[in-house]
Amino acid sequence: MDDLHPYMFWLIAPLTGLCAIATVITQNIVRSATWLLFTLAGTSSIFFLLGADLVGAIQLLVYVGGTMVLVIFGVMLTAQGPFITMKTSGAEWAISIVAGIMLFAVLGFGATHYVRSSAERAKETVPENPKDSRNSTTIGQGLLGVPVGPSDPKMPSQTIHYLLPFEIVSVHLLVVLIGAAYLARTKRRKEEEAAP
Amino acid sequence: MNELDPLLGYLCLAALLFTCGVVCMATKRNAIGVLIGVELVLNGANVNFVAFSRYHPNFQVEGMIFALFVIVMAAGEAATALAIVLNFYNNHSTVDVDSADELKG
Repeated sequence: MDDLHPYMFWLIAPLTGLCAIATVITQNIVRSATWLLFTLAGTSSIFFLLGADLVGAIQLLVYVGGTMVLVIFGVMLTAQGPFITMKTSGAEWAISIVAGIMLFAVLGFGATHYVRSSAERAKETVPENPKDSRNSTTIGQGLLGVPVGPSDPKMPSQTIHYLLPFEIVSVHLLVVLIGAAYLARTKRRKEEEAAP
Repeated sequence: MNELDPLLGYLCLAALLFTCGVVCMATKRNAIGVLIGVELVLNGANVNFVAFSRYHPNFQVEGMIFALFVIVMAAGEAATALAIVLNFYNNHSTVDVDSADELKG
């Protein structure tokens, strides 16, 4: 598996990147949504490649299965006549592409600088088998209040767990549910009553 | 350097996804296209989180937990944004973000 890892990466990553670029440059919104679907699937296989099985599976379930269905429903409900293909002017394309290349250069330079500067330090501290502490049991315990994460020798009493963010996310999802249902409902009847 | 070479590949992929998302948000005139750009940006951030959870010793559990939170937040954001877009489409019969200028000074 470790021998195959670079080859799998160089197979999957360029495909994902090409799908992301195609998402941007296509003018048709239906095709853009389809390319986004392939990009999300490629990202999920990147997660599997990194050994994060739970995150990859949840990416497939929630993103590809849920969020993409929402986006496709939005496309289907609004893609009528002129809205399917909306042309962007050439000047806007030029400015955006120049800005995008500069942004990519800055991010790539930052990543290269980080990798080079932390190469010596990290070599000593990467554990032999990093998958041991990265299974879904550890993640579930961390979300339920069991201290997880690295033990800091300076502050051994410090416990890191993620129960409070987990609860906030739960309430947040409820608020999103109510808010989306309130915003997306049809108001025609009320307007007709108010008009006369 | 050899030890962290794969990390650089993942970071560059995340940077590419992020850049594509920003350019998508800037160039699309369709409101749903802007939403697709936001999804690309969040995916780039997620690739970064999971890559660091694999290659950084102090970030093994945190990277994946943060990635899960980002996925859940992205789902909520997509639902709310689509509700707003549909509401705008019902009221104005268009999804062109250039015509959403009622608050323009």
